[in-house]
Amino acid sequence: MSFLSVAYVVLFYFAAAVFIFGLTYRITKYARTPAPLKIPTMPAPTTRTGVAMRLGREVVFFESLFKSTKWTWLFGWIFHFSLLLAFFRHLRYALTPDSFLWPLISLEVVQTFGKYAGYGMLIGLTGLLARRIFVDRVRYISSPSDYLHLILLLAIAGSGLLMTFVSHTDIVQLKAFVLGLFYFDPQPVPNSWFLLTHLTLVALLLIIFPISKLLHAPGLFFSPTRNQVDNSRDKRHVVPWAARLDSTHSD
Amino acid sequence: MEGTKPFFAKPDHQKSLGFPGELIENWHDTAIGKMGDLLGKYRSFQVYLDSCVKCGACTDKCHYYLGTKDPKNMPVGRQDLLRSVYRRYFTFAGKYFPKLVGARDLTREVLDDWYSYFHQCSQCRRCSVFCPYGIDTAEISMAAREILDSVGIGQKYCNEIIGKCYTIGNNLGLPEPALRDTLEDLEEEIFEERGVRVRLPLDEEGADVLLITPSADFFAEPHVDGLMGYAMVFHEAGIKWTLSSYASEAANFSMFIGSYENMKKQAERIRKAALDLGVKRIMHGECGHAWRVAYSFWNTLAGVGHGADPNDKYAQELQQRLDPNFPVPQHICEFTWDLIQRNQLNLDKSANDDKVLTFHDSCNVARASRMGDTPGGQFEIPRKIIQAVCNNYVDMPRDTIKESTFCCGGGGGLLTDDLMEVRVKGAQPRMEALNRVVEDHGVTNMAAICAICKSQFAKVLPYYKMPMDMIVSVHQLVRDALVLTGQTNGEAEADPDEAQAEES
Ligand code: HEM
Ligand code: SF4
Ligand code: SF4
Repeated sequence: MSFLSVAYVVLFYFAAAVFIFGLTYRITKYARTPAPLKIPTMPAPTTRTGVAMRLGREVVFFESLFKSTKWTWLFGWIFHFSLLLAFFRHLRYALTPDSFLWPLISLEVVQTFGKYAGYGMLIGLTGLLARRIFVDRVRYISSPSDYLHLILLLAIAGSGLLMTFVSHTDIVQLKAFVLGLFYFDPQPVPNSWFLLTHLTLVALLLIIFPISKLLHAPGLFFSPTRNQVDNSRDKRHVVPWAARLDSTHSD
Repeated sequence: MEGTKPFFAKPDHQKSLGFPGELIENWHDTAIGKMGDLLGKYRSFQVYLDSCVKCGACTDKCHYYLGTKDPKNMPVGRQDLLRSVYRRYFTFAGKYFPKLVGARDLTREVLDDWYSYFHQCSQCRRCSVFCPYGIDTAEISMAAREILDSVGIGQKYCNEIIGKCYTIGNNLGLPEPALRDTLEDLEEEIFEERGVRVRLPLDEEGADVLLITPSADFFAEPHVDGLMGYAMVFHEAGIKWTLSSYASEAANFSMFIGSYENMKKQAERIRKAALDLGVKRIMHGECGHAWRVAYSFWNTLAGVGHGADPNDKYAQELQQRLDPNFPVPQHICEFTWDLIQRNQLNLDKSANDDKVLTFHDSCNVARASRMGDTPGGQFEIPRKIIQAVCNNYVDMPRDTIKESTFCCGGGGGLLTDDLMEVRVKGAQPRMEALNRVVEDHGVTNMAAICAICKSQFAKVLPYYKMPMDMIVSVHQLVRDALVLTGQTNGEAEADPDEAQAEES
């Protein structure tokens, strides 16, 4: 195998390790950190089911963002939804026809819409970038990394689109490469500049995920203002460090 | 606003709360250490510092930003004052690429900025409604104030008041004899007006209900009119109730400074009073942040509530004595509304015909508590009460009420003269909304159910060319419409049938 292929195999294993271990570490940290007080933003659901629905609406519709600013909501939602579609479309490179997901991802809709999802990402990301540059308030709160996140994702979507619509890559060899990674049986990577750029950027995205604001994705599920049930009068809520203060006072 | 900051607490006041008297020498390391400690204790703090994507949705949602136009008063701008330091000391990116992610060292300037801007946040939670992840700047402000206290720079107003609560029992420093006199005067006043002996009992063992109310209710206007209203409602309901001189304060300012230990210590005064007086129910007067602590935290802090684990000896000690048929704590509005629904109060709405009312949702009642059994009861119940006692009611614009309500500008420990300019500017969004309904619908009065809101509005209304007595207590309206059984010389001579007909 060429040096290039070895380098990409190493890069992807490294990126995957950082992504998986980093994210597991962060999520474990969030899960282990106690929430000593009941702080749901009211009005809040009074049942667990209600909370699941509240979180569901936040994830699927970005409900709170919709209440705040329609433009950010529109561009943000287009970007995320397109990203999700693109993700599904990409599964065909990583799955074999005997996978239980195969019928789903080979659906006409997923493949066709997935193909155009790249444009959706471009539109959404461009809108978000424009907002960041032109709205004073948003520019004020932006640091270089905030622009770079958008630029990185734009470059990923852009290089992907170029392969889909301009310069096709050897899909068969790509699939062999990806499956090779999964089965720990490294295969050569197709030698195409667009593809190599695309892959490098995706690896970079995986690496920065657990150490950047992309933690908003798991963060939402751990946000006490969104995931707590409003039942403080009916059920005493105490975490271990707070419970220890009880006894020192009463006994 | 740049450079605006409240007075520092004096060494004595700092020490009585367990904080260093003045800025300690190794403040830098202590502050970072404290931050690490809080990151491990509060999931909100940890998750919110990581999750912000700088989407900007919250930037125009804070009344202090809207009033001052200072970008550091944008909720995310405020958070970033602290997040930048968090990133520098606690994250990979901030340690190795500080410029890239806007991380910075904790310097004296940064510390001063914290003191200034975390005291320009009323912890009203409006930002958390609009943030896609529910990031609540109040949580960050509380943590920041706790860090500041831990290095010796506390805020005079809050810390002095908490101290008074410990030594005397209430924020005002009103001792038991003075409180007793005040209550007797109020009984006299009601008797002169209505010819009925309505009691305002203090420290009466064996009462069914313990009422915890903000101490401002004992003397300030229009608060005290509300207190008379509660007493008259209890009287009509025929309930034995009492106030406590030991727990003569509903407000728990320790929440403002983010100190769990002090907040617990304050809440335990209510627990002790309830145990000592042997009451079966605990009720709460009109107060905003206080009702948040009562509704959301009392059960956690002091077992004042229901549903503790059977093995939880600490909480069970009190909970076993409380009547399971009533919520604990119960808001006075929940109580009054229940009586109104059951036609137990003889109300003459025309007594308030000289007014056109609107209602200011107090930020912490709206976004940090509930009333009644269904979400949003905290919006409906006070409005229904007002509409049951007044004929003329209109709401302010929808984006300024209910969960989107604007803070009065004086919450969260800002109700002090040394922050007057911030308070006036922070009140602007509410004042503009009020002005709209004054002009469009001839609104004459705004009702509120929070001691801070009432004091703040009484002070800032004149700055916006509106009379200070525009602000009224909800239970003041109830008082004025309530016809007492056996009332002799009240002006309100209502036909009970008519009053009932209007109800249904
Ligand atoms: C549970 C899954 C997720 C949810 C609920 C979610 C939600 C959101 C929301 C509400 C925003 C703010 C609005 C906006 O600017 O678009 C946002 C921003 C952002 N999201 Fe996500 N997201 C998720 C997953 C992801 C993933 C997997 C990525 C990238 C790989 C991502 C990348 C971004 C970026 C870069 C921004 C900032 C956009 C800007 O700079 O304006 N998100 N996300
Ligand atoms: S909690 Fe209220 S005062 Fe504080 S930043 Fe948020 S909106 Fe502003
Ligand atoms: S709305 Fe939330 S995520 Fe967006 S900038 Fe404000 S705090 Fe950050």
